[in-house]
Amino acid sequence: MPHGRTVLSPAPRPDERPFPPGDYPVVVVGSGPGGIQAAYTLGRLGVGYAHISADPVPGGMFRRFPFFQRLLSWTKPHAPQPRGSRQYEWYDWNSLVGEERAHQAVMPELMDGTSDFPSRPEMERGIATFVARTGMAIRHDCRWESTRRDGERFILATSDGEYRCDAVVFAVGVAEPWKPDTPGFDLVPHYVDTRPAETYADKRLFIVGKQNSGFELATGLLAQASRIVLASPRPASLSVNLHSLGGIRARYVQPWEDSNLGNGVFILNASIERVERVPNGFAVHTRRSDTGEPFAVEVDEVIAATGFQCPLRDLTELGVTTFGQSKLPSMTSWFESATMPGIYFAGTIGQGVAGLKKFGIPSNSGAVHGARYNARMMARRLAETRFGVAIERPIVAPADIVDYLVEEITTAPELWNQKSYLARALTVDADGAMRDAGIVPLADFVDSDGPDGVAVTIETNDKGDIYPIAYVRRGGRVSGEAPLDPHPLHDYRDLEHRRRMADIVAPLLGQG
Amino acid sequence: MSQNDLVDTMAGLVLFGDLGRPQLAEAAHTFTEEAFPAGQRILRQGFAGSGFYVILAGEVAVRIDGEERARLGKGDFFGEMSILLGEPPTADIVAIGPLRVLQLGGPDLEAFLKRHPMVMYRMLLSVARRLSNANRRRS
Repeated sequence: MPHGRTVLSPAPRPDERPFPPGDYPVVVVGSGPGGIQAAYTLGRLGVGYAHISADPVPGGMFRRFPFFQRLLSWTKPHAPQPRGSRQYEWYDWNSLVGEERAHQAVMPELMDGTSDFPSRPEMERGIATFVARTGMAIRHDCRWESTRRDGERFILATSDGEYRCDAVVFAVGVAEPWKPDTPGFDLVPHYVDTRPAETYADKRLFIVGKQNSGFELATGLLAQASRIVLASPRPASLSVNLHSLGGIRARYVQPWEDSNLGNGVFILNASIERVERVPNGFAVHTRRSDTGEPFAVEVDEVIAATGFQCPLRDLTELGVTTFGQSKLPSMTSWFESATMPGIYFAGTIGQGVAGLKKFGIPSNSGAVHGARYNARMMARRLAETRFGVAIERPIVAPADIVDYLVEEITTAPELWNQKSYLARALTVDADGAMRDAGIVPLADFVDSDGPDGVAVTIETNDKGDIYPIAYVRRGGRVSGEAPLDPHPLHDYRDLEHRRRMADIVAPLLGQG
Repeated sequence: MSQNDLVDTMAGLVLFGDLGRPQLAEAAHTFTEEAFPAGQRILRQGFAGSGFYVILAGEVAVRIDGEERARLGKGDFFGEMSILLGEPPTADIVAIGPLRVLQLGGPDLEAFLKRHPMVMYRMLLSVARRLSNANRRRS
């Protein structure tokens, strides 16, 4: 130490961030819509938790994506139901779901009115506004690094220290860019590294992948690129043909039309075997899916729109099994790890719970309007089963049952936004009274041997018909389904549908 | 499992045994990999709109009215009868333990089989074998 001098270093600022490392009932990891919805619900139920996130602010993937700055999911500023009502959520796919007026329908307030699809900044602002209005605290810049067991409990090592807890909710997105190990893919950027559109001016572009991210890039670069080739092994499908959000969305169909008309976009069904540098760019060596013949394309730029994986770090070593290219965890219908009880998931990871997938139609769990209900349902289940929180299940008077069910199938946002996946369930208790069991996973209702009851949901078949359907459980088994006729305006409150519903529930009321 | 690993796995399954690598890659992108915990029903007796499944790992029970009739394991497939006939399944298919499958939505099966007639032929062989076994049990 220098003589006669005192070296002054600034005193460390006290860490004023919430949720310091320590012991908590639950730790929620991630500050995208899924993590925030889960934490909000836990808080409303009185379950203690710490909420941590590696990000500096709330928003999750919407802090960066979609790349071209406009979402695929709409919020209707004007809808048949008033903003703030539960029923309005059907028409607002982007707000998180709250329990007070100030927490509800946040998104339409923030949109500038030029589109019913919010811009990315509007969506990011919507999530931040929800956090601010609810007074939720999140410890940002706190990175989850590893996980280990302590008996039945969990220890999360983070950049700020260790968190101990009884249960963990991981809402970390399907957010890690993934490229196949095909030779030469190390030379090409992933979707997330796409440059500003103008830098592709007059370029011959090859996009690997024909899902929405590939078509989003093609749409956004149509005005710049001189030629665009989209390629992957299987034929692409359109959402309007699949009757679901599973295919290419209507917003991104322009490249398809250009391809059909021979206008400078080419859509190939081919596997990519190799990418190599050539003097003027890249040669992409493909093999056609139909003939097996090799086919090479020379281009200036290649982008890999090849998808994402779950950043689950060491959870697989801990015992969480995963599946598929996206490394989604194997889960129960309530979004708990099927192989490591106490670990739960929220957000887009919920896609790993397939549900009934009738007529091949997937859930909307990869989007906010599906994931928000999954997260709320998961948090309620967690609170009830692990912390003994009493979830209210009010009695529905026999005279009100039919009215209640036809109102639900006509207006319930959970049923309309997660068709054939979430259901309104009524169950018969030991005294013979019918209780509202809430919104439940349809797969759990039809596959578990719970009390007698009925679950109603909305479904779509392969012809595109939309109709309600009821599942009656008696003696611990759901042995069939009871569809109701479609209605041209999806209003099932008329006499005909009420009679049909009355017939369906009659056996549960001792009238069958 | 990455797409390349999945292609390798599919190459080892009887149903896809005649497909070359480009066709296997197309099939791997067409099917969806799914996982189910023990006890979950994958096909449900009497429920319309079910899919076609090929078992990658694990075992399932075939149950009719709750009574187990058979078990299926890796490489076996189920759901095709219901889709081809346009009728709800006549049995439950239930995961015995952790199960990983390839899934194809019912409406997509016809187009897939037409693109890959050798898969259709393998499926036909399997269905003929099942029919023969059923007839033998009856006689």
